[in-house]
Amino acid sequence: MNIVNQLQRQFIDFSTSLHREGFVDDQFTQLQKLQDENSPDFVVEVVSLFFEDCEKLINNMARALEQTQGVDFKQVDASVHQLKGSSSSIGAMRVKNACIAFRSFCEAQNREGCLRCLQQVTHEYSLLKNKLQTLFTLEQQILAAGGSIPVVD
Amino acid sequence: MVLGNDASSSSLSNKNLSVLVVDDDPLIRMLHDNYLKHFGLKPLVVENGKEAVDLFQLGTSFDLILMDKEMPIMNGVEATKALRDMGATSMIVGVTSRGSPSEMQAFMEAGLDFCFEKPLTFDMIDFILKELNVNDDDDTNN
Repeated sequence: MNIVNQLQRQFIDFSTSLHREGFVDDQFTQLQKLQDENSPDFVVEVVSLFFEDCEKLINNMARALEQTQGVDFKQVDASVHQLKGSSSSIGAMRVKNACIAFRSFCEAQNREGCLRCLQQVTHEYSLLKNKLQTLFTLEQQILAAGGSIPVVD
Repeated sequence: MVLGNDASSSSLSNKNLSVLVVDDDPLIRMLHDNYLKHFGLKPLVVENGKEAVDLFQLGTSFDLILMDKEMPIMNGVEATKALRDMGATSMIVGVTSRGSPSEMQAFMEAGLDFCFEKPLTFDMIDFILKELNVNDDDDTNN
């Protein structure tokens, strides 16, 4: 098996594992299908925007939950809601699910529960970031070796 | 069910359609913009309902408007009502992350043609464009 085939095989296996482990869902696959010669960096751009959003929203949530005068749960919920929306739009399934749980604690105005969820969301976001960076690195390696990125359904 | 490259077969007929994307989230704006470009369209993109209404007041009209619900300054429900009150005949499709039946109903009642839950998918866009093309066949050229 030549180097391109090996890398493509690695890419397919890694992509499949991302789906199987629930890091990404079909929505992410749709995004990958949107990438073409007219927008070759589309997925990386969208994902970068998403991670910027994540960081900003996670900071908002943390600040709101730190308020000793009394937590504004509506504010926390607004950020969680936005993160849930963006994560489902790019197919970041585990982040989205963490947000769903988070919203119940916001509704219940449970600060401890919210703090635990914030930890969970932060954790899922870091995991996903690492996984996607690996995926993108594999793509770059395939392209550098003269191959094309396989479509994984 | 995911659409394959059949989408591009209808892109020729889509080139004359004017589309407006209204959403306060830059990620969603970018996503929807790209989805539509993939179908051969060149959407205009704005950040909130007021910008959409302002455009209409300036005399710009659109065949299709993708309208988010939750936006600052003027939300999707208000913007849709305002556009319909001003006589807009565009197809307005609500795209919302709040999926409770009563919320979608309220949004529909503002004057939407369709309402979908985020995220938008190829299938939804294909459906919307098919509906638009069906309607367009009955219209004379503008």
